[in-house]
Amino acid sequence: MFKKITLALLITWPFLAIAQTAEEKGLQIAKAADAYDQGFVDFTANMQMILKNKKGEVSKRQIRIRTLEVDGDGDKSMSIFDEPADVKGTAMLTYSHGLKPDDQWLYLPAIKRVKRINSRNKSGPFMGSEFAFEDLGSQEVEKYSYKYLRDEACEDRQCFVIERIPAYKFSGYTRQQVWLDQQDYRLMKADFYDRKNELLKTLTASDYQQYLGRYWRPGKMEMINHQNGKSTTLEWSDYRFKTGLQDRDFKSQTLKRVR
Amino acid sequence: MVKTYAEIILKMRWLVVLITVLIIAAMGYGAQFLSFTNDYRVFFSKENPQLVAFENLQDTYSKNDNVMMVLAPKDGNVFTAKNLKAITWLTELAWQTPYSTRVDSITNFQHTRADGDDLIVENLVYEDDDLTPQRIEDIKQIAINEPLLVNRLVSNSGHVTGINVTIELKGENVTTENPEVVDFVRDLKKEFVQKYPDIDVKLTGIIMMNRAFPEASQYDMQNLVPFMFLVFIIILFFWVKGLSGTLATFFVIVFSIVGAMGLAGWLGIALTPPSFSAIMIIPTMSIAHSVHILMNFLIAIHHGETRREAMIDSLRINMQPVFLTTVTTGIGFLSLNFSDAPPFRDLGNIVAMGVVIAYFLSITFLPAMMMILPVKEQVVETRTSRLMVALAEFVIKRRKVLLLVMGLGILLLLSFIPRNELNDEFTKYFSTEIEFRRDADFASDNLSGLYLVDYSLESGETGGVSSPEFLQRVEAFANWFRDQPEVIHVNVITDIFKRLNRNMHNDEDSWYKLPDQRNLAAQYLLLYEMSLPYGLDLNNQINVDKSSTRMTVMLYNTSTSNVLALEQRAQAWLKDNVPVTMQNEGASPTIMFSHIGFRNIRAMLLGTTIALVLISFILIFALRSFKIGFISLIPNLIPAGMAFGLWGLAVGQVGLALSVVTGMTLGIVVDDTVHFLSKYLRARREKGLDAADATRYAFRTVGLALVATSIVLALGFMVLTQSAFTLNSDMGLMTATTIVFALIADFLLLPPLLMALDKKESKHV
Repeated sequence: MFKKITLALLITWPFLAIAQTAEEKGLQIAKAADAYDQGFVDFTANMQMILKNKKGEVSKRQIRIRTLEVDGDGDKSMSIFDEPADVKGTAMLTYSHGLKPDDQWLYLPAIKRVKRINSRNKSGPFMGSEFAFEDLGSQEVEKYSYKYLRDEACEDRQCFVIERIPAYKFSGYTRQQVWLDQQDYRLMKADFYDRKNELLKTLTASDYQQYLGRYWRPGKMEMINHQNGKSTTLEWSDYRFKTGLQDRDFKSQTLKRVR
Repeated sequence: MVKTYAEIILKMRWLVVLITVLIIAAMGYGAQFLSFTNDYRVFFSKENPQLVAFENLQDTYSKNDNVMMVLAPKDGNVFTAKNLKAITWLTELAWQTPYSTRVDSITNFQHTRADGDDLIVENLVYEDDDLTPQRIEDIKQIAINEPLLVNRLVSNSGHVTGINVTIELKGENVTTENPEVVDFVRDLKKEFVQKYPDIDVKLTGIIMMNRAFPEASQYDMQNLVPFMFLVFIIILFFWVKGLSGTLATFFVIVFSIVGAMGLAGWLGIALTPPSFSAIMIIPTMSIAHSVHILMNFLIAIHHGETRREAMIDSLRINMQPVFLTTVTTGIGFLSLNFSDAPPFRDLGNIVAMGVVIAYFLSITFLPAMMMILPVKEQVVETRTSRLMVALAEFVIKRRKVLLLVMGLGILLLLSFIPRNELNDEFTKYFSTEIEFRRDADFASDNLSGLYLVDYSLESGETGGVSSPEFLQRVEAFANWFRDQPEVIHVNVITDIFKRLNRNMHNDEDSWYKLPDQRNLAAQYLLLYEMSLPYGLDLNNQINVDKSSTRMTVMLYNTSTSNVLALEQRAQAWLKDNVPVTMQNEGASPTIMFSHIGFRNIRAMLLGTTIALVLISFILIFALRSFKIGFISLIPNLIPAGMAFGLWGLAVGQVGLALSVVTGMTLGIVVDDTVHFLSKYLRARREKGLDAADATRYAFRTVGLALVATSIVLALGFMVLTQSAFTLNSDMGLMTATTIVFALIADFLLLPPLLMALDKKESKHV
């Protein structure tokens, strides 16, 4: 862990330098944020999704998340659906990658089979919510190009405001604007712009808590869709880090045995 | 009193003209706030139950507003490498449309197939696809066999295809957002046609229709308004003759329009084609007052009076009748406030304001102007036409036969009223002069139209859309619709479930059926949703709770009464076949317009009745005779009935536009009756004549004037028949017909009635 902190410091010090383009500074910040979060090894958490439509009708989903940190590639993650009841036991395994389509498998308990999803799409709604899979997947540095915009106060802190442009051709967005707090590199807010460069959604993350004295995770993420008036809130609970998950726990062949 | 008033006006003529100009300018200043509405929803009041139901449905799923780009390759085949590339290109750029949330075409259709345990989800055509003849044939077979595409986005012969852009306007700036979309799409079309000149593009959809409303008004502005002014200048020239009188009356007309439209702007009225037609109705309604006053003025001068005396005389004679006809005309137009369609309320109010302004102008500005402008004495025939005398003799001599013939004729015409079928096919609101109408016609002739009905089918439980029983019922309902002759296409979620079930079983056709377990269906849905791209999700078909689904039934062009009949059959089917929770009425613009005719007729029935009662009271009061006032009801009411009968015989379709005609014409036709009866009564009371002689007197004194005003009124409304908006042209034609029938009734029915009913000896004075 000491090594990681040194690395973080090593990456952050160029902020002191003066002659730096906005793009360089943006990338530096993204790298710093990535470095800051590295070394968590694995974590598990429970996530409740609360979907709301324009009429105010509400619907809930319950999902368990397991994530394994992978050096040199995107993380591996597993989503296990507990609610609604008719999809209980469905499990999704994702190997996320930087620029090529993720590998994705879904175990369907109703037919007791694992199906691989062969699709370039990550931009569709996740379980009918306002979150796309690409919003929830792991955020590798190389998934975007960056541009530092400005400093701005956010909540009770100072934030970096950065623009990031998805490198993935089939992304649903032209760009995103994110607010990262300058102290702990927590993502406070993000604006998503659709293909015609119009503001589509705003994500606000709050109720941050620190785990293992280092890793910040939000307790609540709210996504508001400005175009259709719908919104989705994610409530996270029961974060556990370094739970001893192994690579063999993230294999498509073993997906059907996941509980 | 009138004399003193007249003297003051004439004395202060310069001041009167100045103040008039200032007041009109102040009113007219409001015209800058006028805007044209871009939204078909203006035809519905906020409380309209069909509108509420539709808004509700859109809030549960997604908005229905759209632009449909229909592509017709000149070689008659969508499925060629070149044409498919063109569609891919346009589909991609269509995402740039302002406020678009979704783009559906055959190329970005999310085709699913199985490969072992892989579920492959991809665009049917990618821009970098290698389109070999074999591949093209595959694409064609997939497209024209896909129930979600065929007859919706591609014709079954493959000769036209559509790209549907779903639009969700922010609603922050109503006047600019819709045109922004249309401008973009039209530019896109231009660019496309330049790049791919072998493909015709037609633009239809709700957004294009919304834009067509102001464009129809614009057409009327450019074509009808100048024509209308020309007609009135000619009329005035023949009627008033002198240049001064023509000029003064022309000013009265223009000022009335400017004042009324300006006030509409101050009141924040957004113009629609019906309310815009006020510009063409106000002159028709305001010209008569001025002409009456001018005629008496000129006659008096002819008899050797001075200008001042002549004008004072004319005002004395005309003050009361002009006031009376203003009130009755105003009541007629104000009765439009009972309409359920706000554009007609606006029309009524704007015209009523114009009529009142014209009234004030003709008793202030007009006399003042005539004092200022030079008036040469001219030959004015007193026009006791021989024709009128002959007509009077004929009517008196043949009164019994006339009563019988007229009575039978009227009954015959009235018997045709039931032949009128209610119809509000809203694309036909626009004449073929308007590009939208032509494009919409092309689309409905070749692919699919704007007439559709949405059903929100509720399972009654969370996640219930995956329940096999529910899905089976939904499919049965969809299949029932597919058997109906009015239906082109049914967009329903069960087709997706069936396809997924087949994909999950190695694309074996025998598995093209609904999944038989709820968990299975739910998990298919989860899998499928995970693999869809941005903007092509199922949220427009399934609600957040996954408890209900939207089914869209697309119809051929058919009358809205047929739509209602179909909906009734659908409701009966639901009642017989599904649980109560699943029974829900159809909602859509088509359904809204299907009800609008009937709703308005019912609403206007009350409005017309109230107007009738008020006007009858005024008549009884003004004529000081209950009996005569009562008799006058007949020639006031019957003309509209006759016109509807003739309409039933000749046209047979009525709708929103005609629901307001009776109330509106009531205030107009009553004027003729008042003039005729007041002369008749004067002859009876002051001159002690009997009914026959009083009839002769009435014919002689006002006969020609009535013919003249009726011609002017009918001509004025005939101008409206040239409108690009059929609601206006129908209304114009029906009103003109009613006015002609009113004249016939006043001449051929009213006198025989009077002679039959008003038999008592006249009191000698």
